[in-house]
Parts: sequence; structure tokens; C-alpha cells
Amino acid sequence: MRTVQMSEITSAVCNAVIKANTILPPDILQALRAAKEKESVPRARKILDILLLNADIAAKEQMPLCQDTGLVVIDLSIGQEVKLEGGGLEEAIQQGIREGYKKGYFRNSVVDDPFIRMNTGDNTPAIIHTHIVPGENLWLKILPKGAGSENVGALAVFKPTESLENIKAFIINTVSAAGANSCPPVIVGVGCGGNLEHCAYLAKRALLRPVDQRHERQDVAGLENELLQEINKLSIGPQGLGGDTSALAVNIEVGPTHIASLPVAVNMNCHCTRRAVIKI
Amino acid sequence: MKIIVPPLKDEDINELKAGDEVLIRGVIYGARDAAHKKMAAGRQSGCDWPVDLQGQVIYYVGPCPAPPGRVIGSAGPTTSGRMDAYTPIMLEAGLKGMIGKGQRGPAVIEAMVKYKAVYFAAIGGAGAFIAQTIKKVETVAYQELGPEALIKMEVYDFPCIVAIDIYGNSLYKT
Repeated sequence: MRTVQMSEITSAVCNAVIKANTILPPDILQALRAAKEKESVPRARKILDILLLNADIAAKEQMPLCQDTGLVVIDLSIGQEVKLEGGGLEEAIQQGIREGYKKGYFRNSVVDDPFIRMNTGDNTPAIIHTHIVPGENLWLKILPKGAGSENVGALAVFKPTESLENIKAFIINTVSAAGANSCPPVIVGVGCGGNLEHCAYLAKRALLRPVDQRHERQDVAGLENELLQEINKLSIGPQGLGGDTSALAVNIEVGPTHIASLPVAVNMNCHCTRRAVIKI
Repeated sequence: MKIIVPPLKDEDINELKAGDEVLIRGVIYGARDAAHKKMAAGRQSGCDWPVDLQGQVIYYVGPCPAPPGRVIGSAGPTTSGRMDAYTPIMLEAGLKGMIGKGQRGPAVIEAMVKYKAVYFAAIGGAGAFIAQTIKKVETVAYQELGPEALIKMEVYDFPCIVAIDIYGNSLYKT
């Protein structure tokens, strides 16, 4: 057994949310630069330039990249050989977010209830997905998720005999309908399989994968590439104002499902996809 | 690059065409979902608008708090479509410009043509960049809404693109 103190987790989460909100991940920066080189529409090129400049300013000035510093999603894996000491794990994580959002001067974007809508004042609670895994480490994958892109997701449960063409059309139509609202160029997270809630989770998990990594299965990677090409043909362009760059990547995660089901979820993320990974 | 100085008159915006890049200088107001809902509810119960909308520009924004030594934190646009339901009555009350991101509904575009108003797109996700053009901020109403309060901002060379002009021409695909 290895002992981990809760205070260590709180401080790691605090630092990680600050870093995630102010420094654009290198794979996204690289994808934006590459997109700018290839982009044929002058206005779109100019917008991509501004996005790169924004990343520069945010990193130098320690400013959040985007004012929507998001509802934080955490994918937590706990090694079963880890002994946790010094309080509750969930509270330690929430406290890290509380401290990080205060220290970073980030916006509190969480309300306590869908109808009463009182701001909780500290950007908690985060949404935490927990997995127990072998080993003696703790992994936290952190995704401060903006709502412009979150609001335009979709989930459909198809028949198991549905044609791949129709499934592709559902994904492409979701991106098309989102238009400018999801802050293109977007990252399209797709979950296929599982059941209703697991499928949505798979789509979220897809967004945690860097945009320069294709799925390890060749058929799924092929589908990712094909969908990306189709989506870029929509000419939504950066900010929905036209151009060749509508998406930076399509990331698909697949999972086992029921013999009667074929659920597909689309979870979009903006060009300003922020994430951090902590290993303790 | 055209320079736009609110409050706007018809002659300031009737030459603007969808696609034009502009820089805004002067006073604009910041409001998003909750402030719009409150303003509309206030009007329904017979109260005045919290500010005179005549010729004004509203920026759909919920900024980050200002770090020490700054007037505002990151301050990029939010999705404008969520404000569509409240927009026609504000245009009727004299609102001349809106800044946000994303498509507007047909009722908004119709009201923009009727009352002669323009919709500017700011760059979503470029909040740190945009914040550099905001020079002064004060809360005008609804302080209790925190990041959703109604604020008054002084901006200098705030960059945007005319997304929908007063003739209803739009850069967005329908």
C-alpha cells in the first residue's frame, strides 16, 4: 500500500486547473498552426491568427484563454493499492478547484440548481467519474468544459442494424447544426456503444485524447479521418464565418453494448480545448 | 478598417456590410442570459430599462474577474442565440448594435431590418486578447448576478466583424 495525503491532491488539482485554463495544450496549438497554413480563406486565416495570439497572451499574462473557464469534468482513476489519508477524496478534489479558480481569477460558472440557478460562487461542484484500477497511483484527467460547445451535443440510440452511413450522417449533422455556437474549429468527441449514460461518457472521454492521436484500432481511426474530412467540407470555418477549418479532429471511443442497441453520442469541444493530467 | 463609436445613429451603420471588419471605440454594455431575463421581466412589470438603450451596443459577455492591476479578466463573447427571445423588444427600444458569437434567429434578423440595427461577431475563445481592448468597467445593475451582472465598459479598438448588417445580409449559412 502507498499512502497519499488529501492535501497533496487538493494542491495538485489547484495547480492543474490554473495551468489548464491559461496554457493551451501543445497538440491544439500545433493543430491551429497547421490549420492556418492550409487555410485558403483570408478571413479564416486571420481568425486562426488571433486564436494563436490569444494563446500567447494568455500564457504570458497568466490570463484564462477564454472567459468560460467551464464546469470542470474529472476522470479519476484510483489505484487499488493506494491508501488515502486526511479527509474525503471528493471534497479534496472540490477544494482544489475552489482554490484554483479563486487564485487564477477565473469565472465561477456553476449554478446550484437547473431551475433556481444560484451561482455556487466557487465553481464547484466538478463532475467526477471514478474508476478503481490496479496499481498504486492516482490519475486525474481534468477537462474545464465550456458550455457553448457542451450545449450543442446530441445522443441517439440506433438500431443495431443501422447503416454506418446513417450514423455518420447523424454525427455530421450534429456538427453542422452547431454551426458557430460551438466555437469552431471544433474537436468532435464521439462515443459509440455502451448504454445511454455510458455512451455520453465515452464521447466525453474522447475529448481527453490529444488531437494528434488517432484511435488505436485501424477501422476506428479510419472513421475518425473520414468524418474529419467530411466535416471540414461543410465550410463552417473558424467562428462559423466560412473557411476550410471547421474541425481540428474527430476522436471516437467505442465500447461494448447490448445486442439490441447502438447508442451514439456527440460531445463537442471548442478550439480552446483545455485539459490537464495529474499523476500522483 | 472602420471605426465605430457608440451611441450609434442610422448613418453610422447604414454603410456597414456583412463581412466588414470594424473597431469599436467608446462605451458598450455587457449583459448575458440572466441580465436579459431580468431586464425583460422588469419591462413586463412596467419598469424602465436599467439603461437608456437608444443607440447603444450590447456585448453578450460574462467576464472573468479582474486580477490585481487590471480592469477585467478574460472577456470573449458568449453564444448570442440564447438572447434571441429578448432581442426584438430591445431593438424596438432603440438598441443599435449587438456583439456576440453565432447565428441569430429569423425574428431577430427581421427586427434588425425593421429597427435598423447591426450584429457584430467577436472572436469566441479569444477572451485574453479581447480583454486588452477593454479599458474601464463598472457594474450598472444586477450586481447579485456576479459574472452575469449588467456592466458598462469603455473599449478602445475592440475588434469585430459585421456578421449581420441592417439589410439582413448574414455571414452565417442558414
